[in-house]
Amino acid sequence: MGYVAVKGGTIAIEESIKRLKYERLKKGVVLDIGRIEAGLRGLIDQVMSESSLYDETLAALAIKHAEGNLEEAVFLLRAYRSTLPRKHYSQIVNTKDMSIERRISASFKDIPGGQILGATTDYTHRLLDFDLMEETDEDAVNWLSAYEKEMLDEVDEKHFGKLPKVSDYLRKEGLFSECVMDNTEPDDVTRKSLTFPSTRSQRLQVLTRGQTGAVTSLAYAVIRGYGSLHPTVGELRVGYLPVYIDSPFHSFNREDDAYYIGEIKATEVEMLIPETVEIGDGKKEIKFEIGYGLCFGQNETKAIAMGILDNSLEKGNRDYPTGDEEFVLYHIDSVESTGFISHLKLPHYVTFQSKLDIVRKSKSKQEM
Amino acid sequence: MQIHYNFAFFDEGSKREIRRATLKAIAIPGYQVPFASREMPIARGWGTGGLQLTLSLIGKDDVLKVIDQGSDESVNAVNIKKLVMKTAGIKTTEETQEATIIQSRHRIPEIPLTEGQILVLQVPLPEPLRDYEPSEYNTKRLHAEKEYSGAWLMLFEQIMKYGHMASDFDHPVMVENRYVMAPSPIPRFDNPKMHYSKALILLGAGREKKIYAVPPYTKVVSLAFDDYPFEVESFEDKHCRLCGATGVYLDELFNEETGETYYQCNDTSYCLSRLNEQSESRGVQHG
Repeated sequence: MGYVAVKGGTIAIEESIKRLKYERLKKGVVLDIGRIEAGLRGLIDQVMSESSLYDETLAALAIKHAEGNLEEAVFLLRAYRSTLPRKHYSQIVNTKDMSIERRISASFKDIPGGQILGATTDYTHRLLDFDLMEETDEDAVNWLSAYEKEMLDEVDEKHFGKLPKVSDYLRKEGLFSECVMDNTEPDDVTRKSLTFPSTRSQRLQVLTRGQTGAVTSLAYAVIRGYGSLHPTVGELRVGYLPVYIDSPFHSFNREDDAYYIGEIKATEVEMLIPETVEIGDGKKEIKFEIGYGLCFGQNETKAIAMGILDNSLEKGNRDYPTGDEEFVLYHIDSVESTGFISHLKLPHYVTFQSKLDIVRKSKSKQEM
Repeated sequence: MQIHYNFAFFDEGSKREIRRATLKAIAIPGYQVPFASREMPIARGWGTGGLQLTLSLIGKDDVLKVIDQGSDESVNAVNIKKLVMKTAGIKTTEETQEATIIQSRHRIPEIPLTEGQILVLQVPLPEPLRDYEPSEYNTKRLHAEKEYSGAWLMLFEQIMKYGHMASDFDHPVMVENRYVMAPSPIPRFDNPKMHYSKALILLGAGREKKIYAVPPYTKVVSLAFDDYPFEVESFEDKHCRLCGATGVYLDELFNEETGETYYQCNDTSYCLSRLNEQSESRGVQHG
């Protein structure tokens, strides 16, 4: 009879996974994917944005699978994303083509096209609505039909379409620092890892995939004291962007050969950040710079934070950690930060033994 | 909705890209090759670099062994093995000699590896200079210029402070007189096994997105001074409680009842095969 390995690990893991399933199912009720999609819009948008994968149904599935644990849901989708071959690249998506649902400016009251509040929690009182405890599907349907009737009477078609950018107005006035049109092919950090000094496209990509909390916290540090002065929201818009791909059947593509493959909901922010610029002879003037934020879904705080960080990294003032691109870009990814933190739970018996050896050695030397 | 994954999880394009980075790493021993590390079904920091290497290399005839801190049965080793089996359906083993690919976290097996075997080491922090230089931009330049005075100074300062080098695991090595390399958090005990290793050693850092390599028969020297030579962990006068082995890396265990400290082989498969050999030869004697 030979010795065999103790199979403790395998069995324990299987039992642990069973236990996890038990926790998800123990109340005897399962979440319907359709209900997650219908009712957890905020979570779905956040998951899609941090996962860099736009698919509401898959996001809902990930949320169900992860029992609503955000970092876990993002992790699931990112891992799934790794298995998807890259079949097409879309044509350039111009945010001027956004069909807008919400659009505000904190800089100008009267913006061309007007302010459109759309759906926002900004003006709600955060009082727990206990009526929701009893809410039924029927209530929802009734409310909807009443609301739709109301809409038919009042709808103002011109609001649901393309609108000019607020920044166009400032640009015409010459209040922006000049910048040249940059049409270099953007980098993709998921295909070629981040390099330093980073390019703007790398920075924007890492920021938009960043963990919402991490991006928000670092941007908060910038405006609280570790960076630039008070920036202003030039424009924040939420709406749908159409996505087209070139026809795979033509080597040369005309515009009307393109295929429309769907639309994505996005939040776009242009932050206005005042900047002193030298104009020669020791004279200075104040101009505006842009901090740019763009996220999948309606993620307004994150998009604004992204705009702030975009600008602080563009300036690259190393006096603040928020101006150090390595500090910011290496530490805001959800999968990376949560993964490395959680790896501390793994056994470290070998390495700890090695540490013990050195600790004992330094002790015995000192005693001598 | 049923999703079927490709053989070994990745799409073929991703595998090819990882293999390309691997080839470059083999061509420049000790140099950290950046690659577009994919997110994996296991967490960053749990061996995704090693796993990506394994999955990009593995073919239908390969036999895989996975160890975590010396043990085939450690939860994470089991987990990684399970994932590879699920997506590639290949054979796994606990016998070091039988394996064609050995993925390991923080140990090099006690049984010497042979030509044709590949050892894949999981790496949390691939940059040996990170201790004193947080910026990637700067460390890349230091490597390019072979400017390693910081690494030497670090060891020198340890000697000044403690009277000896105080690096525990992941003691930096010099590869082919060119690149200072982090050998991954293997104990110092395992560093000499890298020197002129017959097997190809690949190191993968998933979160830090780097692949590097020690090709077979490459010179790997642990950093040390002439008057303060490199020393491995000491297990003097100690032996494995089970198989009696000496001169191997031992786990320190504690008997709750007797309050005694005892030692056991860290490499569980090595210990097991010794136990089996011993019982066989005893069997022969008695029979």
